[in-house]
Amino acid sequence: MSRLLNYLLLGALLLAMVASFRFLQIDFVGLISPDALEQMGDYAAGFLAPDLSRTYLEELGHGALQTLAMSAIGTLLAALAGLLLALPAAGRWGLVAEQAARLLLNALRAIPELVWAALMVLAAGLGPNAGTLALALHTAGVLGRLFAEALENTPAEPAEAVRLAGGGRVAAFVYGTLPGVWPQLLAYSLYRWENNIRMASVLGFVGAGGLGQMLYMSLSLFQHAQAASVILAMLLLVLAVDAFSAWSRQRWLSR
Amino acid sequence: MRDPAALPRLLLTLLALALLWPGLSLSELNLGALFEPGNARTMGQFLGDFWPPAHEADFLALLWRATLETLAIATAGMTLALLLALPAGLLASRALSLSALYRGGRPAWWGALLRWPVRGLLIVLRSVPEIVWALLFVRAVGLGPTAGVLAIAITYAGMLGKVYAEIFESVDGGPARALLGAGASRLAAFCYGVLPNAAGEMLSYSVYRWECAIRASVVMGFVGAGGLGQQMDLSMRMFAGEEVAAMLLVFLVLVLLADQLSRLLRSRLT
Repeated sequence: MSRLLNYLLLGALLLAMVASFRFLQIDFVGLISPDALEQMGDYAAGFLAPDLSRTYLEELGHGALQTLAMSAIGTLLAALAGLLLALPAAGRWGLVAEQAARLLLNALRAIPELVWAALMVLAAGLGPNAGTLALALHTAGVLGRLFAEALENTPAEPAEAVRLAGGGRVAAFVYGTLPGVWPQLLAYSLYRWENNIRMASVLGFVGAGGLGQMLYMSLSLFQHAQAASVILAMLLLVLAVDAFSAWSRQRWLSR
Repeated sequence: MRDPAALPRLLLTLLALALLWPGLSLSELNLGALFEPGNARTMGQFLGDFWPPAHEADFLALLWRATLETLAIATAGMTLALLLALPAGLLASRALSLSALYRGGRPAWWGALLRWPVRGLLIVLRSVPEIVWALLFVRAVGLGPTAGVLAIAITYAGMLGKVYAEIFESVDGGPARALLGAGASRLAAFCYGVLPNAAGEMLSYSVYRWECAIRASVVMGFVGAGGLGQQMDLSMRMFAGEEVAAMLLVFLVLVLLADQLSRLLRSRLT
């Protein structure tokens, strides 16, 4: 019976695949016709000679730095906002605040960074400011939830000891709770930063600064040589971040 | 009460601030821009239109079509990605290496050399973000779902190919080695030795990726690759708050349903 159901599910999946192609009516024959292939070839050939002139490399360096800055500042803002929202979301300020904070965190997290970026471009104008805010908003949702879980799972005894010794609520949190969860908060934030570097490089497609905006501009102006160098720079940035995170994980975590 | 660790903490904070300071000017962070009278007014109007979300009959028909298109882009893209990833995964994997049979699982140097170009290609395919591929394809084949399908096919082929190759290598190699040693062809050894053990994990990962593809296809619409995202982009440009609200709601429901469906499929099929 269960086997039959599995076959039915597989059949439904296959049907969905066929139906998708039927629905979209993609002209694959047209795509691989000699004409189209030649056009594609010409288009791709434009990317084979990236612009590596000194002035452009300097511009690229600036774009890459801007991307890094957007991701770093965005993650930092998100960590601050996330911690602020995690306190009520961990149930420290009553049930109503807990539910409200969780709803807010879920909403922030559910909307992708790029949609936030499009909204922020409308709200704050073109440029890296919008990208930074978009990263901060989405990441605040992600980090807030993770932070809240960390706060819930940390033992309460140290904070209670500070309270019993006559410390205030703030002192109890700062000297009782925070030292225990701090490494976890830092690890989560760094992990999201790594993600955000990747995101920051494409947020520019909707006008939010960084390497993405350079790529969008050069493609709009049919400057394929420049576009190729931006793509190379993005590729290098992603590979460098991957390599660095793999290295640091091995160095600091697997002991 | 005195904090004995106050000085080092203060110094560390100052150091972090000094490092981040140039970032602050590079990212042009300016929270005030959100509250400038002009910006705040347009944004207030835009957000004020969010409730009630648009629900006229012809808009709902448009929304329904865009939603179906998003689902179709994700599914068609995944199908093409599967077709590309399976052979690529086989080429990149060491699981069926003939020369490894007699060398304790290590292929000869020329075998390793031949696998590297495939692995490199897979790395490039998945390291360029899907939305960059989408932008490139929009310029090559025009606005619309075709660009989205191709972008998903290429990026996800890179991811699936790598993961498939790893799955082939991680399953018990005994059956495949026995078949190869007994003189079976490599395809036969794959079909009867590797696939039965690997199919569950492959299917589960592919379904999970399909879920990601739905989210990605919405996002890719913002550069013109069809579906819900393209409609959302258009509505945002026209400051039509009620339409954006409806689309965001549909997007959230879509992601939720895809999550549930993928969980169901993964628990049933593995």
